[in-house]
Amino acid sequence: MLYDAGKILAGLAIFLVLVTAPIWWNVATGADAQAPELVMPQDQGGCVLPSGEMRASHMELLNDWRDLVVRDGDRIMITWDGREKRRSLTASCLGCHSDREKFCDRCHDYVGVTPYCWDCHITPIGGAS
Amino acid sequence: MRSLQALAIVAALCGIVMVAAVVPGFRPLLGIAVPYLALIVFLLGMTARVVGWARSPVPFKIPTVCGQQRSLDFLPHHKLESPFTSWQVFGRMALEVLTFRSLFRNTQSSLTAGKNLAYEPSKWLWAGALAFHWSFLVILLRHLRLFLEPVPRGILFLESVDGFFQVTVPTLFLTDAILVAALLFLLGRRLLDARLRYFSLPADYFALFLLLVIAGSGIWMRYFSKIDVVGIKEFAMGLATFHPVVPASAGVIFYLHIVMVGVLFAYFPFSKLVHLGGVFLSPTRNLPNNNRARRHVNPWNDRRPVEVHTYEEYEEEFHDKLKACGLLQEDGE
Repeated sequence: MLYDAGKILAGLAIFLVLVTAPIWWNVATGADAQAPELVMPQDQGGCVLPSGEMRASHMELLNDWRDLVVRDGDRIMITWDGREKRRSLTASCLGCHSDREKFCDRCHDYVGVTPYCWDCHITPIGGAS
Repeated sequence: MRSLQALAIVAALCGIVMVAAVVPGFRPLLGIAVPYLALIVFLLGMTARVVGWARSPVPFKIPTVCGQQRSLDFLPHHKLESPFTSWQVFGRMALEVLTFRSLFRNTQSSLTAGKNLAYEPSKWLWAGALAFHWSFLVILLRHLRLFLEPVPRGILFLESVDGFFQVTVPTLFLTDAILVAALLFLLGRRLLDARLRYFSLPADYFALFLLLVIAGSGIWMRYFSKIDVVGIKEFAMGLATFHPVVPASAGVIFYLHIVMVGVLFAYFPFSKLVHLGGVFLSPTRNLPNNNRARRHVNPWNDRRPVEVHTYEEYEEEFHDKLKACGLLQEDGE
């Protein structure tokens, strides 16, 4: 026999629904488990680091660039395959990855990250979002 | 020694997971089977515990209170400390569940100058517990960004508040730092205070070490080794939509994190951690102090009418004897 059965069952139901909420949320929104497709630039000679490294630690690289450029005025870097590149978000990064919405925002939105790049930097023409 | 027992168990678990995670064939077991199994054990276990409690009768109404109960009109009734109605109980429970009021009331005794016994309020346990539990809740909610698509605005807002200071890359979440600090404090007080060390059991340390491994591995992946978060979200979404795939880019520490969270969930219903549910069902907290207004009937009382033997019947039964010793109350005497 269950004492206070109404309250107990209501409490248990709330608990079970809360714990399994991600399942219901994704059913309700019809979410897909697939990660978003990125639009990669063509014929640009490759990124400054191998893509695997860029994927995991581009935020660190951008942060280092900012410090080097703003504090030391150190603009020139050598890419992993020996090319010379200018340290610049707008000129170098967005020069190839020209569409912010299709390159940056897709993954950031997908994983719920809000980088503060755009607090200062403008989005170049062609990448309006 | 009891702390070392717990440490040894956690270390052994870590060792097993980290060795197993090196073998690609074991990864679906660690990354997919363990989380699902742990969730099932958690849900069934918690339900069984709550149903078990609900089947236990409460023979007496036993709220422990520390305020003036409702009485005559000119006596100020302390509604939160000695609740009378269900809403007042709700308020008292809310304070208990959300702000740990009974820990706040903690006092510590000490001998001043080696002679006089003194009592003083001690808020450290309360502060440490509050810091730990709230940080843990925020971290748990923040992890929903990996399990929900699209990510709800509330979760993004929580992240922006948590990462308010925008220091380090990726942005430091304050709750990560607070959680580790609180866990180390809660562990330290058990290890350093002789009285606490005396009555701490391996299970007390086990939960702390387990949580430290979980927090440490998560912090390691976010701030130091830099995991590919998109791949991890694909994995988490796969779990939540029942199309699980192990992440290609994840390393040993990731599996350590996942399996240890699984261990925590599976261990939860059978340990002291079950106070998550138990706090709501504590008869000393969730009952109103209205004994004198509303009768509480013991559920296991025999419901047949009690056999009573009234004074009149007694006097009739022993009439002659009572009269003989002059104890009989008769009219006119």
